Amino acid sequence: MKVLIPSALRSYTEAAQADADGATLGAVLVDLDRLYPGIRFRMIDEQNRIRAHIRFFINGTQVRDFALPLSPTDELVIVQALSGG
Amino acid sequence: MALKSERKMTSNRQLLVMVATRKGAWFYRGVDQRKNWRTDGPHFLGHIINHVVLDPRNRCTLLAAAKTGHLGPTVFRSTDFGQSWKEAVKPPAFASAIGGAIGGAIGGSTGRAVDHTFMLAPGHPDEPHIWFAGTSPQGLFRSTDDGVSWAPFSNINDDPQYRKWMGTAQDGTPDGPKLHSIIVDPRDPTHLYLAMSGGGVYESVDGGRTFRLIIDGLDVVEGFDKNDPTFHDPHCVRLCPGNPDRLYQQNHCGIYRLDRPSTQWRRIGLSMPKAVGDIGFPMVVHPRDAETAWVFPMDGTSVWPRTSPDGKPAVYATRDGGASWQRLAGGLPTGQAWWTVKRQAMTADQMDPVGLYFGTTSGELWLSRDEGARWDCIAQHLPEIYAVEVAELASDPSA
Repeated sequence: MKVLIPSALRSYTEAAQADADGATLGAVLVDLDRLYPGIRFRMIDEQNRIRAHIRFFINGTQVRDFALPLSPTDELVIVQALSGG
Repeated sequence: MALKSERKMTSNRQLLVMVATRKGAWFYRGVDQRKNWRTDGPHFLGHIINHVVLDPRNRCTLLAAAKTGHLGPTVFRSTDFGQSWKEAVKPPAFASAIGGAIGGAIGGSTGRAVDHTFMLAPGHPDEPHIWFAGTSPQGLFRSTDDGVSWAPFSNINDDPQYRKWMGTAQDGTPDGPKLHSIIVDPRDPTHLYLAMSGGGVYESVDGGRTFRLIIDGLDVVEGFDKNDPTFHDPHCVRLCPGNPDRLYQQNHCGIYRLDRPSTQWRRIGLSMPKAVGDIGFPMVVHPRDAETAWVFPMDGTSVWPRTSPDGKPAVYATRDGGASWQRLAGGLPTGQAWWTVKRQAMTADQMDPVGLYFGTTSGELWLSRDEGARWDCIAQHLPEIYAVEVAELASDPSA
């Protein structure tokens, strides 16, 4: 599955795009962490909560359910919400 | 107790000052008897760096506590003085309240999550691979592999009694309640101290498996119960290398001294000038003389401006264990300077005379080569400074 990576996480992927596998959103993120160790914890905390400024979009729709079924043709976009100063 | 100095400053010794800021880390390498400083940085530009520490046991491993505005917390390691950094394989994280399940429901857990690692503390010299970390919210973590992987340590993190004493985020400091001032007794690796804002001061004599309170004699904000640890707010606790039975503390409610085995803190800040008071964040102790300590008072009146009192920053030193204090402001601004110094942003080197260093909330790094008598600004225009550490390098790593 195609995964678009925000600039704040490209220190892990060294690219704006990655490929990861999985039948659910949660599985894709686990696979992404297998490929790029440490990347998942920067987005999801130890209680399995999405961090405050991270958003996930599947084919343009925001999703928050890790159990959401996905197909290999879906596109996952990881977004860092703009905030701070 | 004063120990004979064996560390006269000579021209070939190099010091590394590590400055952690709200927007990255900077290093300053001092040569020529601390006259000249070479800037190295920024490292991690844009990252919130709460602490950078060089392992005093091998004088090689650097650890940095980092997060960004958008991403979760982590720890970075370097073994080449910051030329390259590698992320910890397992950063400090609380135990999962949901068993670590992947793909579960979002937002259903009531467990705590580390917001940031606030303090990194090397373990005892006899345990060369041990590090401790204190986090916000209050948590204690340990690494047994030089900071590569971290695990919750002791019963503090999840014990219901400790959780009650820690209070809520509303009871903590403005940028989150913290576990800080992790101290390992240089004579005994099983003897530890730590402090929590809020939550009080604690001691362990079994290697950190259990802790007990040491809050007798400490004041709390008027109207609250000083027997309840929740209301205690130690800002910074330091153990004297020259006498490990003596501790000094800068607290939300005064400056204190503790001489073990007593468990009764004594408010030595009452001898500070009344117009200045004894509120502040950092506490610095002399590397050899336990009678000498330094503080950086701030305005803790009315709405707590947390600025230098009257806009006139000054360090205060005691040379008699807190019986009296002397104002040390030579070279510092004489007015209209409304910054202060955070709890981890002031430190001392081990040279003779001792060098003192502090970083300000306005991004200036100040140095005194003569134990506080005269101050020079060696860096300015940095982001808000969160922590300053200094270490002596084994040799010139860039040579």
